[in-house]
Amino acid sequence: MPTSPKFSASLEEGGAPTHALSDVTASDSTLRRFLHGLPGVDAVGLEARAASLGTRSIKTTAKAYAIDLAISMVDLTTLEGADTPGKVRALGAKAVHPDPTDRTTPTTAAVCVYPDMVAVAKEAVAGSGVKVASVATAFPAGRAALEVKLADVRDAVAAGADEIDMVIDRGAFLAGKYLKVYDEIVAVREACGDSARLKVIFETGELSTYDNIRRASWLGMLAGADFIKTSTGKVAVNATPANTLLMLEAVRDFRAQTGVQVGVKPAGGIRTTKDAIKFLVLVNETAGEDWLDNQWFRFGASSLLNDLLMQRQKLATGRYSGPDYVTVD
Amino acid sequence: MSDRLSVFKTYKLYVGGKFPRSESGRVYEVSDSKGNWLANAPLSSRKDARDAVVAARKAFGGWSGATAYNRGQVLYRVAEMLEGRREQFVREVAEAEGLSKAKAAAVVDATVDRWVWYAGWTDKIAQVIGGANPVAGPYFNLSSPEPTGVVAVLAPQESSFLGLVSVVAPVIATGNTAVVIASEKAPLPALSLGEVLATSDVPGGVVNVLSGRTAEIAAPLAAHQDVNAIDLAGADEALAKELEIAAADNLKRVLRPQAVDYSETPGIDRMTAFLETKTVWHPTGSLGASGSSY
Repeated sequence: MPTSPKFSASLEEGGAPTHALSDVTASDSTLRRFLHGLPGVDAVGLEARAASLGTRSIKTTAKAYAIDLAISMVDLTTLEGADTPGKVRALGAKAVHPDPTDRTTPTTAAVCVYPDMVAVAKEAVAGSGVKVASVATAFPAGRAALEVKLADVRDAVAAGADEIDMVIDRGAFLAGKYLKVYDEIVAVREACGDSARLKVIFETGELSTYDNIRRASWLGMLAGADFIKTSTGKVAVNATPANTLLMLEAVRDFRAQTGVQVGVKPAGGIRTTKDAIKFLVLVNETAGEDWLDNQWFRFGASSLLNDLLMQRQKLATGRYSGPDYVTVD
Repeated sequence: MSDRLSVFKTYKLYVGGKFPRSESGRVYEVSDSKGNWLANAPLSSRKDARDAVVAARKAFGGWSGATAYNRGQVLYRVAEMLEGRREQFVREVAEAEGLSKAKAAAVVDATVDRWVWYAGWTDKIAQVIGGANPVAGPYFNLSSPEPTGVVAVLAPQESSFLGLVSVVAPVIATGNTAVVIASEKAPLPALSLGEVLATSDVPGGVVNVLSGRTAEIAAPLAAHQDVNAIDLAGADEALAKELEIAAADNLKRVLRPQAVDYSETPGIDRMTAFLETKTVWHPTGSLGASGSSY
């Protein structure tokens, strides 16, 4: 990557992580200089690259591998105002045994719910290894005071959430107040403590430009995100191959510079097995095999799982399956 | 001799209200009864069949939920559009079946009449095969016919237009959606029928028309778990047996091939073949001298 000057490691007070780039977050101006010094994104080239990687033909055994991998990477999500404990329990059961007719199906990575449902979800997946992720920080708009957001996070962590999906303050980001966004992520990171991994949602559909997505990715990683996530799934434009490719490049470059590995989670709009496999190709070709694991790559999705299961049944039996043979969620 | 260049028609599939080429990119040559080349038709693959099932399933809710009266209106509109394209169909049928122009015209007329006949049946079939059942208790007991779902239709091989309509119209008149495999050697009238359906208020996906090798496309459809019934009219004996075995896997309704004279008035058998009867018991409570006890 043609990049910014390297910065030497230094220690810093507070919860911010220490690595080769710690200096850049010393003040608003250094942070701004760093983020605006990131090379601009070649939008046409990025989209062409994402499209060309989407043309790979993945068949037979490779497809079977990809489907199982994708199932194991799904954050099975329900984020509706109408979520009931019953629905969350059903979702938990599905995460543990995605296909009850075939016990060789891997479990999903996690279930993703609102903070008040964490306890229910935790109980539903107890003992299975499936994690419970909770959105927090006034999801999905993120329009609340920092104290409110932190209380939201503490609440979810106290209820047993293994992962916290926070949203950044897009208003502050677009207004150029990068340090405010940074400080917020650091504060949430602290509130997560050691027990929960932090996913930072940028809502790429609201960031307008690829340059902004690249800046947000670096900002999030500098602040100590364990995962960077494209979107909430609540706006018109969600995860696209192009913006996910951009974020994968960012995590690859970040590890090259600092040695810290950060995960990526595209969310929203990924509905078919074909799409999911395209994303896996992106991961393999951009970030590399190290990311082909549910520790470092996730799909935020709900209907995707059913399509993966139908494709899995098709591979196993040779006949096309149908929606009658998977659950309606 | 005219110096105008001929404008040949590209025949395409009709799937989900759109006109795609085959996913495989293949075509095959269609010739008339004397062996002269007529056109290239798409040679569908199993993936085209899969896509057609997805489209048919998507359309099922809306089509089966539409009122029977509305379905009748829509089907009558199809007959109107067919009438408007009479010349084209007469030519296509004459070429496909080697008929004289007058005989082909008679076939097309019979086909339009057949369509109108089925359009009339949409809101009457329920009275004929459903209704209130007499029971000895304080209940209403009602039987009502309901569409089976997505029906795969192997159109007859010989009767390329009248036969086709005689098997497709009853399937959709009763509220099912159809994936139709056109006659292998004479698919052109079926592909043109797709153009008629696209311009006559029939929602996209209610009828999907595929052309190609019947055996190749029918096999994945017969085994498909999301296809609820299959009409084997266009299958020979060996293929029909094979498909019936594959169809047993998810207990599909199977209509076996039978010798049919398509020029005769059909009975209601083809409609009832793809209807399921739902019977409900509804308590009325005890009825005293004052009427209902509610």
